[in-house]
Amino acid sequence: MSLDEFFVTGDPLILASQIAIGLTMIGLIALITYLKRWKWLWNEWFTTVDHKKIGIMYIISGVLMFFRGGVDGLLMKAQTSRPELEFLDAQHYDEIFTTHGVIMILFMAMPLLIGLMNVVIPLQIGARDVAFPKLNALSFWLFFAGAMLFNVSFVIGGSPDAGWTSYFPLAGKEFTPGVGNNYYAIALQIAGIGTLATGINFVVTIIKMRAPGMTWMRLPIFVWSTFITSIIIVAAFPIFTVALAYMTLDRLFGTHFFTVANGGDPMLWLNLFWLWGHPEVYIVVLPAFGMFSEVIATFARKNLYGYKSMVYAVAGIAFLSMLVWVHHFYTMGNSAAVNSIFSLTTMMIAIPTGVKIFNWLFTLRKGRIEFSTAMLWSLAFIPCFTIGGVTGVMLAMAAADYQYHNTMFLVAHFHYVLIPGVVFAVFAGLYYWWPKMFGFKLNEKIGKWHFWLFVIGFNMTFMPMFFVGLDGMSRRMYTYSASTGWAGWLGFSAIGSIILAAGFAALCYNIYWSFRYASRDVGNDPWNGRTLEWATASPAPHYNFAKVPEVDRLDAYWYMKKEGNTGLKKSDLKPVHMPSNSWTPIFLAVVFGVVGFFLVFEWFTLAILASIGIVVGLVANSFDYDDGYHISVEELADEEREWRGDLQ
Amino acid sequence: MTSHANNMPLEYKTQQSQMNILGFWVFLGAEIVLFSTLFASYFVLEHNTAGGPTGQDIFILKDVLIETFLLLTSSFTCGLAIHSMRSHHKTGLMVWTIVTLLLGAGFLYMEINEFIHYVHEGASIQTSGFTAAFFTLLGTHGAHVTFGIFWISLLLIQLARRGITEKTASKFFIASLYWHFLDVVWIFIFTFVYLKGMVM
Amino acid sequence: MKGFKKLFGWLVMLTIPFLLAGCESNLIVFDPKGPVARSLTDLIIFSIIFMLVIVIVVFALFGYIVWKYRARSDDGNFEPEEEKGNHLLEIIWFTIPVIIVIALMIPTTKTIYEVEDVPQGYEEEEPLVIHVTSADWKWIFSYPDQDIETVNYLNIPADHPVQFKMTSAGTMQSFWVPELGGQKYTMANMQTNLFLVADRPGSYYGRNTSFNGKGYAHMDFEVQALSQDDFNDWVQEVHDTANTLTEEKYSEILEPTVIGRMTFNNTHLEWIDHAHGGSEKYLNPELYRISHGHEDHEGHDEKSEEETDSNEDQTKTEPSQSEDHAHH
Ligand code: HEM
Ligand SMILES: [Cu+2]
Repeated sequence: MSLDEFFVTGDPLILASQIAIGLTMIGLIALITYLKRWKWLWNEWFTTVDHKKIGIMYIISGVLMFFRGGVDGLLMKAQTSRPELEFLDAQHYDEIFTTHGVIMILFMAMPLLIGLMNVVIPLQIGARDVAFPKLNALSFWLFFAGAMLFNVSFVIGGSPDAGWTSYFPLAGKEFTPGVGNNYYAIALQIAGIGTLATGINFVVTIIKMRAPGMTWMRLPIFVWSTFITSIIIVAAFPIFTVALAYMTLDRLFGTHFFTVANGGDPMLWLNLFWLWGHPEVYIVVLPAFGMFSEVIATFARKNLYGYKSMVYAVAGIAFLSMLVWVHHFYTMGNSAAVNSIFSLTTMMIAIPTGVKIFNWLFTLRKGRIEFSTAMLWSLAFIPCFTIGGVTGVMLAMAAADYQYHNTMFLVAHFHYVLIPGVVFAVFAGLYYWWPKMFGFKLNEKIGKWHFWLFVIGFNMTFMPMFFVGLDGMSRRMYTYSASTGWAGWLGFSAIGSIILAAGFAALCYNIYWSFRYASRDVGNDPWNGRTLEWATASPAPHYNFAKVPEVDRLDAYWYMKKEGNTGLKKSDLKPVHMPSNSWTPIFLAVVFGVVGFFLVFEWFTLAILASIGIVVGLVANSFDYDDGYHISVEELADEEREWRGDLQ
Repeated sequence: MTSHANNMPLEYKTQQSQMNILGFWVFLGAEIVLFSTLFASYFVLEHNTAGGPTGQDIFILKDVLIETFLLLTSSFTCGLAIHSMRSHHKTGLMVWTIVTLLLGAGFLYMEINEFIHYVHEGASIQTSGFTAAFFTLLGTHGAHVTFGIFWISLLLIQLARRGITEKTASKFFIASLYWHFLDVVWIFIFTFVYLKGMVM
Repeated sequence: MKGFKKLFGWLVMLTIPFLLAGCESNLIVFDPKGPVARSLTDLIIFSIIFMLVIVIVVFALFGYIVWKYRARSDDGNFEPEEEKGNHLLEIIWFTIPVIIVIALMIPTTKTIYEVEDVPQGYEEEEPLVIHVTSADWKWIFSYPDQDIETVNYLNIPADHPVQFKMTSAGTMQSFWVPELGGQKYTMANMQTNLFLVADRPGSYYGRNTSFNGKGYAHMDFEVQALSQDDFNDWVQEVHDTANTLTEEKYSEILEPTVIGRMTFNNTHLEWIDHAHGGSEKYLNPELYRISHGHEDHEGHDEKSEEETDSNEDQTKTEPSQSEDHAHH
């Protein structure tokens, strides 16, 4: 392979980005070296097994990936803002919507949600960490390695270009012979293993590590939704693992799983992809539902209305989400009976979802609604998501879908589900839990700017897409002629996306501003919260709780506060056991990334050599009998005194 | 943390061990999904031989029966190993585990031979949809067995060094779950791939 | 609170375009030109009415509740009472969606079955059979009974049922003529079936909706519905003037290119039906290799290179760009 093929060359846009990426990397390394921070990074972050730090690393990566995916989105909007523009050519547009889709779902939504889950779940159940802290670190680093490998494709070898769904036969080697789709198969595999491990970790954490007295019906709703999400992860991700393995075998080793020739069956890919893919969209949306529930209850200053039916609704949605995958290809020529059945199962998802919407509304009713930024996101979610939901029901009706399928109507629909359902939730969660992570709040005033710009920009960007879709514009079209009459809608939409981007910029500015100037005196419970994470200091100490709280009902902390039961007696303190840091997770992930890179280019000898690293990491891990360490009562008491004053 | 766990078997003594075992069960749940997907894909592609050999053309019942026998026996000896472990019988645990691994290695040897035979018959993984699904299903199982042999060998070293402790016990117990699981998967392979393939 | 007023105003704004959607008849999906598309449009409008009701109810409740229960400086910072939930209410908002789902399911199922068959009122007529073969990035239409093959345009008799037997020579595509009916995939080694009828003579826009690589955006075609007489004339004319399709020429057509229209006096079904395998013979991965950076907007270039060796059919020289498929 010549160097010319190895590096993506030629286009000024790409060249500029390459230089920018290169300079940023060199700059970062130089900066860290200059500040002598390598050791600190290694000890405090790279080898950490603390769920809060891991959560924060997930969040940072997620925000960065949001930036990358957002730039992709803006480029697409620019390209289609006028008819027959030649800003991007077909190949670039194809690569960009592919990377946009993959990055937004797998490298933006997933890490941001898993990051918040990581920070919050152990705190909410009164635990010291997750069940398997080291595995948790491995999950993060594998995700990170996968994300980086995927992003490298932009500069080395070329990006995948068969859509985030990578449908075969197109994604097969006959039709996309470059390395782009190898990146897809291998980077997603690596990240997927990490996600699967996260799912297992949270299932066990929630079953085994709840505070004494926290029975199932006393679980905060976010914990419930995380629990059910984790179960879906365990049930769905292995399907994707297999599908990607087949894809890898087809592309790298010439097998015939999905090929047109020699008895392959491309439709097997479609089925496997969506057997994972539909649950996947619920994997990103259910934790979001949980976060909204927490925020809404807190800022309506009321308990969540219909808690039990909320739990059943989440479970029902999760169950149904496994039975609807065919709605992604009603137009494949299935029998009328099959399409009818899947129309029904799909529409049935609207029932528990409707229950949730009404429960949220009735939580608000008779409350005292405070419009904090976190709450604004949760409120805006309700109408915006309703639009996503009703258009979803329209798409669920197979016969009608024959007219919407693969049009911009669909693109509008899923952005109306994913942006309110995931992005708004992540924003709500960030504003809400920020003080718990960092010990200061994000600025509320800049937050309002962020909110209004983003929400207005979002609606302007995506509302017109419904209409161009109904006007016959199919998705993934890099250009169109003026005579189609779509230019007005798309131009408006492009303007909307600039406002949307301004909203994101406001968030970044907010983070910067608050980091510099916000008051560090927020107390442990800045929002008058209801759940256990607010019972400990902000930012939460590394041991989480000096004494594990006891729970006697739902919203335990709310009642502890009422009963004046939040103090701490020194005599109650016992030494706290903590896990030690570990180098194996990051080491293994780096090796996985390197092996993955070699596989992408089909350099098998190098890949096998590098795999020795995996063996080394696993053996080291098996022989690791490190039992962690203990924090003494004195240390605990000192740290607790810092924010509580004197202990009782 | 270890309070009311006193009458539990050794491998369940600490909270962390309990969580490890539960976590492994959840992992096996994921493995079930993984193998179900492999089986389902196999059923979809089973008849797509594209003019290449079919299962009926190439399967050899005798070899498969020997493989089945080896793996089933290894599952049994694995059970004996755990039994020894529960009665704190370190040598018993060692010996039965080694027997288990040898049987596993025998199985692998037979399976590799079987594959070589198929390739000679003109059925390599690249031949058709059928062979791709067949070799991937079998290969994934075989790779699990291989991984298991290496993993349990490491545990044997740890056992030799540390004896039967709460930690090594829970590691051995988890490895035994894994080994039994592979046996169950094999029974499905035997029934739905080989038997079904030979009669239909 | 100021923020809230803005929010409310924004919500109202949001509903307006949505309300308009129902009446907006310019949109192609709401402008059916045949019985199949009409039954889909009817179903869509039926569902939109339900959806509008839901949206209005939720938005109104939302607006009312958020306004009424907002925190005020003069409310004494009261603490709302805890509420457990109310079984009756919860049953109500469980049952109403159930009823809506049932109400939508009945016409959905009816329509799903209906559009699988020859449209009502046309059962007596023998449908014209057309084989659709999609390739990168063009549409090939074969008329076995007429012994005609066209590329990137499709002539059909108006007011007469047409049965499409569809397959693909490689990647998966989706055949869609929104004014006449819903879409369906075309897949190699498989055959899908679609019935369409055009009420009246006219020109309709058709395209691929299933992404299949670089030339995808240009993969559209024109459907011309002609009166029966005109259709017969056209058939005759093709027989008089068009060239014969050779297998060589055919493999050339199947190469990944964006090309104009063509017409031939025979069909490729004589030597291959992609529904029954054999497509791999025509595939050449090298033609799909992309060179990053040296992009030359191939799509456009190929397009201008009009085919010169097909016949002098009057439609042939028109470019197959979407300009001539304006549907407004
Ligand atoms: C930041 C604002 C965003 C903008 C401006 C944007 C814009 C777009 C555009 C223009 C397309 C391609 C339409 C087409 O030509 O087919 C697209 C596709 C897509 N978007 Fe977004 N989007 C945004 C955010 C998101 C988010 C937050 C998610 C997910 C959580 C997301 C997920 C997707 C997916 C999955 C696709 C389909 C990609 C494909 O066709 O393979 N987008 N988006
Ligand atoms: Cu779905």
